[in-house]
Amino acid sequence: MSNEGIYRVVIAKIGLDGHDRGAKVVARALRDAGMEVIYTGLHQTPENIVEIALQEDANAIGISILSGAHNFLVKKLMKLLKKRNIDDVKVFVGGIIPDADIGVLEELGVIGVFGPGTPLDEIVLFVKENVEPVI
Amino acid sequence: MDKRTLSNIEVPVYKEKFDIEDSQPGKYPFTRGVYSTMYRGRYWTMRQYSGFSTAKETNERFLLLLNKGQTGLSCAFDLPTQMGYDSDDEIAQGEVGKVGVAIDTVEDMKILFDGIDLSKVSTSMTINAPAMVLLAMYIVVAEESGVDASQIRGTIQNDILKEYIARGTYIYPPKQSMRLITDIFEYCAENYKKFNTISISGYHIREAGSTAVQELAFTLTNAREYVRAALSKGLDIDVFAKRLSFFFNAHNDFFEEIAKFRAARRMWARMMKDEFGAKDEKSMMLRFHAQTAGSSLTAQQPENNIVRVTLQALAAVLGGTQSLHTNSKDEALALPTNASVTTALRTQQVIAHESGVANTADPLGGSYYVEWLTDELEKQAKSLINEVEEIGVLDAIASGVIQTKIHESAYEHEKLLNQKERIIVGVNDFVQEDTEVPELMKVPDSVSQDQINNLKKVKSERDQEKVDKVLSKLKEIASTDNNIFPVVLDAVRARASLGEISNTLRDVFGVYRPSFTI
Repeated sequence: MSNEGIYRVVIAKIGLDGHDRGAKVVARALRDAGMEVIYTGLHQTPENIVEIALQEDANAIGISILSGAHNFLVKKLMKLLKKRNIDDVKVFVGGIIPDADIGVLEELGVIGVFGPGTPLDEIVLFVKENVEPVI
Repeated sequence: MDKRTLSNIEVPVYKEKFDIEDSQPGKYPFTRGVYSTMYRGRYWTMRQYSGFSTAKETNERFLLLLNKGQTGLSCAFDLPTQMGYDSDDEIAQGEVGKVGVAIDTVEDMKILFDGIDLSKVSTSMTINAPAMVLLAMYIVVAEESGVDASQIRGTIQNDILKEYIARGTYIYPPKQSMRLITDIFEYCAENYKKFNTISISGYHIREAGSTAVQELAFTLTNAREYVRAALSKGLDIDVFAKRLSFFFNAHNDFFEEIAKFRAARRMWARMMKDEFGAKDEKSMMLRFHAQTAGSSLTAQQPENNIVRVTLQALAAVLGGTQSLHTNSKDEALALPTNASVTTALRTQQVIAHESGVANTADPLGGSYYVEWLTDELEKQAKSLINEVEEIGVLDAIASGVIQTKIHESAYEHEKLLNQKERIIVGVNDFVQEDTEVPELMKVPDSVSQDQINNLKKVKSERDQEKVDKVLSKLKEIASTDNNIFPVVLDAVRARASLGEISNTLRDVFGVYRPSFTI
């Protein structure tokens, strides 16, 4: 992958949700696929996540949320990114997201939403195809 | 090709005859069940974990379930409540009423149990870091409704160690959290003798991706840590141990799960008798609640989940559970609807009343395979327990040793699915594109504003001076070794909010921040 550039992905738990099995498994799978992954740990605010992404020079943020607060919290995150003119960081979301909300998140600029049972290979491939690596 | 259980135990083609330990249900070490007649005396308690939106909506769900034959209550609180924040806290934005009911003051709790006689029903509350406050609210609701509060029955989860390990709703550091827990043990042993003061939970450890062996081992190491904490506070083992209860996962591998429940009973009985010198047999009885595995539910072809839940529930019953929650088919997608939760409850009723499996105690006792598997799980769990014991439970949590082991199992499982070495019907095999998405429940965003308005009203009507006084007393007591439960009760009676009480304790105790990430 070295000649294709580097993927730096922040995997983040947003809000008060404590379910991090999926976040950690996805982080591990991306790492095993050769990407650099920063896992934030639990209970991150949208502000924290933006800060971490900037500090880590990330080109993607993967948000994990199973608490049903995605519409509010992801919206806040996307607004913050826009406000700070950060347009080179792609955001994807995984968790319990009802079909009806997928469109809402995509309209906010989220590039992909992954529900329960998504194969790890599919997520890895999606990141490779949709995120611009750092050269 | 070899066959393995979900915990990676190699399974024989058939298990040859061997000498099986002779034991009876209701007798030490209780491998075959804690009661001599098991379900002939009484069925397990059918207890669906429920809660969403405001207290009023959840009360309606409680009444609906009781009306359909549910025999106990189990309350789900929203995340701000579980983390000790009021609904008007900035950090609660977007989360109010989402994964459970929002409770800010005892006034919400009154609405939650409106029309329900607390002297008759038993209530389980999934609440950990702020367990003392929510139990105090329950007690005050009983007091103010004219019920003899000393007679209330139920369970608070109150298991902070598994929160650090697997579930994430912790507030205070371990030492202070353990103090709150043993304060509860002590105060309830004197005043609320019928209330289970803790539900030591393997459920969430399993949901986080552990194997059955790890679930068993880590639950028992946590249990041992609570016993030690209580003993070092000077409590009498044969007083507090009767009110320790357990909570396990009922997962997919049918016989392995049954063996796990049997092994758990035996291991606990031996630990209490041999290691801690308990004299009363009731202190050695591992009584547990079981819930079918949420993480085994699929978003794809959700109807199939009814079948999964039936098998898992059957394993819990054959394993001798005292109480059971069956998941609803739509829970990989959202909180369950009235219709789906009814089917889940009906599943338990069919097992109890139609299948005949409840007519005899431990029907699988004496099966070579199940007995062998029980021994095997015990053996493997013991070796893992010894490993943790060498490090010390709190150090093993602080350094992430336990969490890393669970994560390794979770990742291994996911890789096996990816390679199709494990099959989940509808997910990595037998996939179909044309399944219908069922109608889902949605919690409206307006709940948050309703809840904030309720809180404002309570605050405007209460005696503020009284509240200030009791909160400053709480602060004072918290920094001594005295039991803080009586002051928390007074704070609740004065209509102090959950957030106010929790923040007072945050000031004294500090907050927990994990020092590692995976």
